[in-house]
Amino acid sequence: MRHLIDILDLSVEEINEILATAEDIIANPAKYAHSCAGKQLATLFYEPSTRTRLSFESAMLSLGGEVLGFSEASSSSASKGESVADTIRVISCYADIVAMRHPKEGAPMVASMYSTIPVINAGDGGHNHPTQTLTDLLTIKREKGRLKDFTIGFCGDLKFGRTVHSLIEALSRYEGINIVLISPEELKLPSYVKKEILKAKNIPYTQTTDLLEVMPQLDILYMTRVQKERFFSEEEYLRLRDSYILTVEKLETAKKDLTIMHPLPRVNEISVAVDNDPRACYFKQVQNGKYARMALILKLLEVL
Amino acid sequence: MNIDSLHNGIVIDHIKAGRSMEIYKFLNLDELDCSIAIIKNVPSSKMGKKDIIKIDAVLDVDLNALGYIDSGITINLIEDGKRVKKYHPELPEYISNIVKCKNPRCITTIEQELPHVFKLTDRENKIYRCIYCESKAELSQ
Repeated sequence: MRHLIDILDLSVEEINEILATAEDIIANPAKYAHSCAGKQLATLFYEPSTRTRLSFESAMLSLGGEVLGFSEASSSSASKGESVADTIRVISCYADIVAMRHPKEGAPMVASMYSTIPVINAGDGGHNHPTQTLTDLLTIKREKGRLKDFTIGFCGDLKFGRTVHSLIEALSRYEGINIVLISPEELKLPSYVKKEILKAKNIPYTQTTDLLEVMPQLDILYMTRVQKERFFSEEEYLRLRDSYILTVEKLETAKKDLTIMHPLPRVNEISVAVDNDPRACYFKQVQNGKYARMALILKLLEVL
Repeated sequence: MNIDSLHNGIVIDHIKAGRSMEIYKFLNLDELDCSIAIIKNVPSSKMGKKDIIKIDAVLDVDLNALGYIDSGITINLIEDGKRVKKYHPELPEYISNIVKCKNPRCITTIEQELPHVFKLTDRENKIYRCIYCESKAELSQ
């Protein structure tokens, strides 16, 4: 029995296999419409995350399975003080697979230690969110046709953005990846990520505070939200925020086949006018998230 | 100062001066009935001063875990009054309930009965990370 707690739990071969399954699902959805008939997915969401929960539920329903669960801690036994270990042992009696979101880092890992069914980490605080990384990898694969030999720019909050850290970690196992880090000084990629991933694996990277300067060299632009609460002062936030808003004008020097990604939700960091640009892929990314989760469920349930 | 020699037991030598009580507590030596000598500030040609612990019993614990607390110590196993083994403890792959995770966002902060387990992720730099949240353990010196 396998769990998915951290994206590195999967080998490159397994990730490639999941992405291939996802692409086959996209091409032949009917083939998989009853693959999980009679199976149940429990969505244990200790904090609200409507998008991720609905993505998992939609994925299971599209596989012919059923879903049960809760969408916030107050409606679960956690509000009575039940431990994660006990909850998962109970849920193991009802469901065939679990997707867990928890505000505390490591909670899904604890669940996996006591579970008799596969556990998928659907986000544990600011720590891991491996199905977002699978989603991002599938999007890159579909848009670029490959998972190697490209320059990807990460823009915005690179300090606290877990999706950025996980994607960098996942991409570090592929060849020919060139990384450009675009952020204000205050939100630079943490030095331990640079040391333990980029430097340790000899991944070429550059750091800049100027998005426009690097725009022409990017094959992929991964935007993230710059959050107001990260800044010391309102003035500083307002000054920096505007330098990381992607507009139609800023895209003038970008490549014609640029892929613009964003894990969503977006606030104002991508102008709505950009949505009509064929290079904007963030809503396709959401769609890909469902397919990536379908493929993952199939793999963990070993129904293929 | 005279301390009787051991017949069967353990001598933990080359402890950094002043740290013997930490090891005493870690090994729960207060729970033993046997003779135990804690010798502090012993003159040492290599270390200037050192501590030594002599335990007149064979303990059923993984003494390698001491490597996390003080990697310079020497462990001598004594049988029938003779030293049968002398070694430096290696850094253990995992340490359990020796240090607590300080990350306020870690699951261990709300689930009191979870063991605090850290995994060795960088032997050279002696870095341990929490198995749940991957936060770095605060190193003992």
